Amino acid sequence: MAKQVLILVGTKKGAFIVDGGAERHSWRLRGPFCETWPMNHVVGDPASGTIYGGGGNAWFGAAVWKSSDLGATWTHSSEGLAYAAGEEPIKAVWSVAPAGRSLYAGVEPAGLFRSDDGGRSWRHIAGLRNHPSRPKWTPGGGGLILHSLVAHPSDARQLWVAISAAGVFHTADGGETWEPRNRGTRADFLPAGENYPEYGQCVHSLVMAPGKPDRLYQQNHCGMYRSEDGGRRWDSIEAGLPSTFGFPAAVHPRDPATLYLLPLNGDTAGRYVPDAKAAVWRTRDGGESWAALRRGLPQENAFFGVLRQAMATDRLAPAGVYFGTSTGALFASADEGDSWSCVAQHLPAILSVETLVVEA
Amino acid sequence: MPNDRSSPSAPVVVTLPLALVRLFPGCVRRVELSAATVGAAIDALDARWPGMRDRVCESTPRIRRHINVFVAGKRASLETRLAPGAEVMIMTAISGG
Repeated sequence: MAKQVLILVGTKKGAFIVDGGAERHSWRLRGPFCETWPMNHVVGDPASGTIYGGGGNAWFGAAVWKSSDLGATWTHSSEGLAYAAGEEPIKAVWSVAPAGRSLYAGVEPAGLFRSDDGGRSWRHIAGLRNHPSRPKWTPGGGGLILHSLVAHPSDARQLWVAISAAGVFHTADGGETWEPRNRGTRADFLPAGENYPEYGQCVHSLVMAPGKPDRLYQQNHCGMYRSEDGGRRWDSIEAGLPSTFGFPAAVHPRDPATLYLLPLNGDTAGRYVPDAKAAVWRTRDGGESWAALRRGLPQENAFFGVLRQAMATDRLAPAGVYFGTSTGALFASADEGDSWSCVAQHLPAILSVETLVVEA
Repeated sequence: MPNDRSSPSAPVVVTLPLALVRLFPGCVRRVELSAATVGAAIDALDARWPGMRDRVCESTPRIRRHINVFVAGKRASLETRLAPGAEVMIMTAISGG
């Protein structure tokens, strides 16, 4: 069966879908969808082919959008997607993750919700906000957001979440209790001696190596890290990178040692690609060494950034790699990052990039 | 409480902004319903188009910051009482970016 690759793009002004065939050479853009709401994260459920989009609109609040026909028609719901009366209301959905029969949503201000009916209704996983550290969670530049949701591939009780700026938390009991997992990650914004706290780090993105659930990678505001024990201990893998600062991290679909990053020039230096030359950085050995991938990417006057959810891979072989910029350009590689082409430009600022592979 | 059930409901007319109407298939701009307060009117809209309350109200609960509700030309809250024949206008405020 021929396969079709969909690039799912969340932007500041709606969701877009870019259709390509298995050859990934020609692309067709559709959208904007979701009534041009800001869409922080648009994802596909590979099991069902359903597309979900999390976002929030300044007038109408937060919701999860859903399309069961690859983007032709959309519905939205926020039933149950609310904190108790009197609490600060939810501003936006920041992340969506299908996991088995469930769907998780991370929101701002940081909290976790689950749907067991395909996004029609939601239930608050209150255990996370009941964690004793919660009064000390502080918002990062993007707000107090729960942006990364990493489900265990075979144990539905286990889930990792990442919150800016509270750090990484893990549950082994389906969300009732949580444990901070930040040991070894730096907080350069705290005084020396207090810069390795139990929680409060500014994690930017958290991903799991394929087929190796104990191996996690995180791009942090302050460095790049790998864990071999589910986040109990983190080791720096930033040597060889042009910067310790960046937002996204994307794993290879099959190789747990391959990882893609898009380092930016620094948190107080403009947050664009170093030297205004675009490069994706790839490791093939779990972060021991890094190589810049530049072929086909702009090598002068590139003053864009790439946000935390705006880079992804697909599951084809060789793997496709994709990223979207703050200036509305979408780049694709069909050869694991060796060469790149621009498949869309002049879009609204891109907030997320994900892929969905379906049978054509 | 937004829904003051101690007051008798009265027939009122509610006008909805286009950006809200577009979110609910079959929804129309001008709706006739019975309600004693603005909160009760929004409850009635939610009964007709499930989920509409969440688009207009925060969970606090209160009318969303960037939504304005006017009754007889004056800014209203969920508690504002509605006289028989009242015109309720729900409008999107200046926002976005």
